[in-house]
Amino acid sequence: MIASSYNAKEEDGHQPGATGHVGAGTMTNKKPDNTAFKQQRLPAWQPILTAGTVLPAFFVIGLIFIPIGVGLFVTSNNIKEFEIDYTGVDMSNPCYNCSQSYSWNNTKSCTCSVPFSLDQPFESNVFMYYGLSNFYQNHRRYVKSRDDSQLNGDKTSLQSPSKECEPYRSSDKPIAPCGAIANSLFNDTLDLYYIDPNGSRTAIPLVKKGIAWWTDKHVKFRNPSGNNNLTVVFQGTSKPVNWRKPVFELDPSDSDNNGFINEDFIVWMRTAALPTFRKLYRIIQKKPNNMTPTLPRGEYILEVTYNYPVRSFDGRKRMILSTISWMGGKNPFLGIAYITVGSVCFCLGLVLLSIHYRYGKRNNSADISS
Amino acid sequence: MDFSVLRNLISRYCAGEEYWVDSRTVYIGHKEPPLGADAYIPQRYPDNRIVSSKYTVWNFIPKNLFEQFRRIANFYFLLIFLVQLIIDTPTSPVTSGLPLFFVITVTAIKQGYEDWLRHKADCSINECPVDVVKEGTVVRTQSHKLRVGDVVMASEDETFPCDLILLSSSRDDGTCYVTTTSLDGESSHKTYYAVPDTMAFKTEQEVDSLHATIECEQPQPDLYKFVGRINIYKESEDPIARPLGAENLLLRGATLKNTEHIYAVAIYTGMDTKMTLNYQSKSQKRSAVEKSMNAFLIVYLCILISKAVINTVLKYAWQWFADHDQPWYNHRTEIDRERHVVIRAFTDFLAFMVLFNYIIPVSMYVTVEMQKFLGSYFIAWDKDMYDDELGEGAQVNTSDLNEELGQVEYVFTDKTGTLTENNMEFIECCVDGHVYIPHAICNGQILSAASSIDMIDSSPGGDHREHEELFFRALCLCHTVQVKEEGTVDSIKRGIHQGKPTSFYISSSPDEVALVEGVKRLGYTYLRLKDRHMEILNKEDEIERFELLHVLNFDSVRRRMSVIVKSSAGEYLLFCKGADSSIFPRVVSGKVGQVRARVEQNALEGLRTLCVAYRSLSLAEYEEACHQLSDAKLALQDREQRLAQAYDLIERDFTLLGATAVEDRLQEKAADTIESLHKAGMKVWVLTGDKMETAAATCYASKLFRRSTQILELTKKRTEEQSLHDVLFDLSRTVLRQRSLSGLSVDCQDYGLIIDGATLSAVLKPSPESSGSGNYREIFLEICRNCSAVLCCRMAPLQKAQIVKLIKASKEHPITLAIGDGANDVSMILEAHVGIGIMGKEGRQAARNSDYAIPKFKHLKKMLLVHGHIYYIRIAELVQYFFYKNVCFIFPQFLYQFFCGFSQQPLYDTAYLTLYNISFTSLPILLYSLIEKHISIETLKRDPTLYRDITKNSLLRWPVFLYWTCLGLFDACIFFFGAYFLFDNTTFTSNGQMFGNWTFGTLVFTVLVFTVTLKLALDTHHWTWINHFVIWGSLLFYVIFSLLWGGIIWPFLNYQRMYYVFMQMLSSGPAWLSIILLIMVSLLPDVVKKVLCRTLWPTATHLAQSNRPCLTVEPSTIFVLSQSDSRLSF
Repeated sequence: MIASSYNAKEEDGHQPGATGHVGAGTMTNKKPDNTAFKQQRLPAWQPILTAGTVLPAFFVIGLIFIPIGVGLFVTSNNIKEFEIDYTGVDMSNPCYNCSQSYSWNNTKSCTCSVPFSLDQPFESNVFMYYGLSNFYQNHRRYVKSRDDSQLNGDKTSLQSPSKECEPYRSSDKPIAPCGAIANSLFNDTLDLYYIDPNGSRTAIPLVKKGIAWWTDKHVKFRNPSGNNNLTVVFQGTSKPVNWRKPVFELDPSDSDNNGFINEDFIVWMRTAALPTFRKLYRIIQKKPNNMTPTLPRGEYILEVTYNYPVRSFDGRKRMILSTISWMGGKNPFLGIAYITVGSVCFCLGLVLLSIHYRYGKRNNSADISS
Repeated sequence: MDFSVLRNLISRYCAGEEYWVDSRTVYIGHKEPPLGADAYIPQRYPDNRIVSSKYTVWNFIPKNLFEQFRRIANFYFLLIFLVQLIIDTPTSPVTSGLPLFFVITVTAIKQGYEDWLRHKADCSINECPVDVVKEGTVVRTQSHKLRVGDVVMASEDETFPCDLILLSSSRDDGTCYVTTTSLDGESSHKTYYAVPDTMAFKTEQEVDSLHATIECEQPQPDLYKFVGRINIYKESEDPIARPLGAENLLLRGATLKNTEHIYAVAIYTGMDTKMTLNYQSKSQKRSAVEKSMNAFLIVYLCILISKAVINTVLKYAWQWFADHDQPWYNHRTEIDRERHVVIRAFTDFLAFMVLFNYIIPVSMYVTVEMQKFLGSYFIAWDKDMYDDELGEGAQVNTSDLNEELGQVEYVFTDKTGTLTENNMEFIECCVDGHVYIPHAICNGQILSAASSIDMIDSSPGGDHREHEELFFRALCLCHTVQVKEEGTVDSIKRGIHQGKPTSFYISSSPDEVALVEGVKRLGYTYLRLKDRHMEILNKEDEIERFELLHVLNFDSVRRRMSVIVKSSAGEYLLFCKGADSSIFPRVVSGKVGQVRARVEQNALEGLRTLCVAYRSLSLAEYEEACHQLSDAKLALQDREQRLAQAYDLIERDFTLLGATAVEDRLQEKAADTIESLHKAGMKVWVLTGDKMETAAATCYASKLFRRSTQILELTKKRTEEQSLHDVLFDLSRTVLRQRSLSGLSVDCQDYGLIIDGATLSAVLKPSPESSGSGNYREIFLEICRNCSAVLCCRMAPLQKAQIVKLIKASKEHPITLAIGDGANDVSMILEAHVGIGIMGKEGRQAARNSDYAIPKFKHLKKMLLVHGHIYYIRIAELVQYFFYKNVCFIFPQFLYQFFCGFSQQPLYDTAYLTLYNISFTSLPILLYSLIEKHISIETLKRDPTLYRDITKNSLLRWPVFLYWTCLGLFDACIFFFGAYFLFDNTTFTSNGQMFGNWTFGTLVFTVLVFTVTLKLALDTHHWTWINHFVIWGSLLFYVIFSLLWGGIIWPFLNYQRMYYVFMQMLSSGPAWLSIILLIMVSLLPDVVKKVLCRTLWPTATHLAQSNRPCLTVEPSTIFVLSQSDSRLSF
């Protein structure tokens, strides 16, 4: 202790210059660390985007994108799609009467038959969609008007649905399933008949399984547990106002497709992104013997049980038949976009190449002179 | 008497009125003054408790919240949050509440912790023991119990607990030594004096018997100013009044040295002490970047509001059709329907505001602040700016101005101590024209006069002899140097040095030390000041004693100092030394001509010259002077002014003795630094108080003026010949003619301007005829603008600040930087946009008041050219990128409104909305803004011209901002319409199932996150492992988060809309293809723009970048030299 104080004093005395020197002795270990990080000298890769480095990238992108685009375009073109509007706006449309005489209280359903013909045979699985236009499934009030925990089989939510469901929350009893989405479930029935050249009608088998996401069907949507009899489970709730039948009678024939886990219902509950949309309705599986096409060329009849009103908001209803490739339905956009971007990149590559040859030298010579 | 109490009470409670009590009366030992004196008014002062903490446990939450929400950004987000709580909004309050809560909590915790530390520090200070004299005995008490009027006993090495007036000390002469290291950083021992009437009190009892009051001014923060008066009452006598000045006031925080103990009385306690008053923060400087950031914010706020207005209007236009408003499948609720349409419209407007509010992200403020705070550490860590001799590196006092260092256009530098070392060496002196040169090497040995003095003019007369002796005595006596004796008990040392105590001189002015040491080498040694007698050892080794009567201190306005001494023979002598300009006009006799010639010659060589003169006073004159001085000193008000008047009256009728010359060497690399600054396009102005010739010589040496520079003079000498008006017009004509010519010629003529203080004030002075004043100023600025270097000499401190202000306010509004080391530079340091202090020898004031402090002038080069440059690049990119990424983020939402019936349906999920700015895209830009280095440090240092590429805020100009915003809009359109056409009425899965609106949003969001992050990757020029980690890490985090977020039915959420959405999307081939395509398309224009700019219109920065090898590990000169090889690869 004594020694150290002595040293300090001695050091004090040796202050060079003896002017107002700022205590050198006391601050010796303030020197910054000489680490790569603190001195901002971390080893680094320092790429620069020059014409020279970008050129090959542009050519490579061009060369990769154009074939992909061509492939996509060809695939899309090979997909067969048929679309028919059955709204019944025109007098000539077979469904004109149904669309005119519509009212919600109508217990008797209106049916109409729309004939159409396919010019080309549809191979492999054919997917049947219904399409709606000018239907704002993505309206905010609509999108949030549902109760996911009710649909997940939560008992308390079944009896007291979420406030978000207003004004489709309860009539006198709580509504199950509540909300605007469920309330406006698409309830047209579409059937397809093939007219044999000899004039007889053959019903085409429509598969209603596998149209909803697997995870939705098996995890997200669940009937309230406790009883296999859905009638008992849903006791104390009422059906949505616009529905003809309660939720537990959506598909009485198949208990695996009834109640909340009805696939038509699940499909409808996935709100579409845009006001014109289509939803998967049925699948027409290809014939076991691969010889005949799923839907051969010829005349068909679409029989519609016309329940769903769209005229009030100027909407349209369509039925779409489509085959599917690995890249989904018919959509030339992606292929064209790929071809366009690929060609643009290639052209840019050429432009840059010429620029590089013309100006690149100048820069280099400028460097040398400096 | 009652009346006066009342009056006092009133005036005390009318603070802020002119009746404010402007002095306080302190009763020493709380003793009432005898009757007849002023009424005893017990005044209330704060106790000595130091409260540096801001909060208490009780008020922490409300006060801290209040402080935080006073910031406009926080307040904005609070408003948004409240709107979300009140009305039915598209996004849940969590999306803005969570980030806000996070920011507020983190800040509160940080501030709370800091405050807790302060509490602890306060506590330990407040409870440290203090000795107080009470009723004749010393009582130990705690510091916070100290009151005004208490008599405190302090021992050696103790720190004073409050501001004290020294009463007596254990030293016989009533002095004590104090260091104020903790206050102003000056480690020299300063001497403080007791009033002669009280210095005899040696014991507690004696001190206790003192009966006196002190009147002094109310506390004020200037450390070096104090005005007061002590009234000492003795039995049946009129009170004796003595003046008190700063030399009597011991400041809290200072430490007693070399003195056993002192008695002193407390006058300012607790929060009134000068130390605490000095803790108040300085005025805030704002950087140019911050200003443009605020401008951009306003633009974005306008965009936000117009977006909301457009959407609201369109919504109601669209809803005109009833079936659009409420189709059968989507009715309003009862309450909603009953609302008035105006309220509904307003609610909709607010809802749109909430939906689009992310365009001004809370995280930008946090990121900018973190960038500035963390980034400033790199300056302090820089070992290149560390000075071994001083033991200190650069110091950052504010982190708000880092980027401003990259924007400097004008550098104002002090000369002494900044450009030069301020390490003075006595070169020669001249007495009546005879030149004396002490030998440089004298090893402390006193050489005989004959051998050491080189006579130029050898005509020694009696008169001359007398003058010579007077001259050397004057140098020995006329100073404020202290002698520090080495270890008074250290006898061994004493033995080594031939029985003489080794001693060295301490002074706040290095010139004085140089002079006293120089004169020591010439045979006259100043020994010490003892009992008010100065002792000097003359050539014959005899000790001469002079009684020191008065010291007329140096100040920078008078530019001289004097002492009045009484020789042992009883003569009264006044010695004065000072700048030639302030001495010569007061000289009545002496060889003025010869001395002046010598002074001018020395000044031309760059030496600092001082003139020495004396005046012999008769007793009557002395008494009159005494009277004047004590009158002025006793004054409580306007003391400064009255002192100056008194000095002016006393310091006249001098006889000139001679002059001295002291050399101040240039700091190392000062010339190199100035040259670099010039090359970087900065204009360097030297502002000095020195003579023109000295300063000009320094300027040539430091390459501020080159040999080729044409010097324009705007000095008093010239304006005496011609009128100021003519000179100004003459100069401006010269300059302008040159400029019109230089349009053709390649290298233009350099101009350097020299102006002196007198002329400058004439130029700036508003002239009586109103037309002229503005004109002069404009012409002067015009001339300055065309000069690469300007030298302003003979400047008063305030004039320095005036010049800075003048340039700051000129029409281009250039960014200014002031650098200096002394107290006289403080005003310009505070005035300039960026103030840099040099940790010099003239104390710490400049460094304390500066924004950055560096050890040496040469460090300015790295500070500006490297740190300033890269900080500017970093923050510019940070600001632009933040706006860009939020345009990209929000504009698709805006577009989506056109497809969802203007219903405020958010495109993205709540989690994405919340986390986009907080976690998905925050770290890459923060780390970029911390470690980006677009050009290597070596290149930046080697090539100062690169600095020109970023001047005038070039990366944050409106065109650049527009480019970024357009790029953001373009990218947003690509994201949205790309996804739109992909979704357009078709499926893109191989099982025919359809996707919903959340998949649409997720697709857009995925493209968005990748594009925005990769855009930053394209801008990164310096890929360290940290960049790789955060960029790829962020993308990976996004993917993992999305998988997790959609992978589970989250029990606490009331919706499960994201369930499996991300995974379903990834299971589709076209989604992958379109993500890749859209990212490519979004990045394409920027890449093309970059490449074209680099190839067709390369800037110096581009060239410097392409001139380096692609992969450098620890860039070294060898790599740089081998660049010619690497060039082939491009």
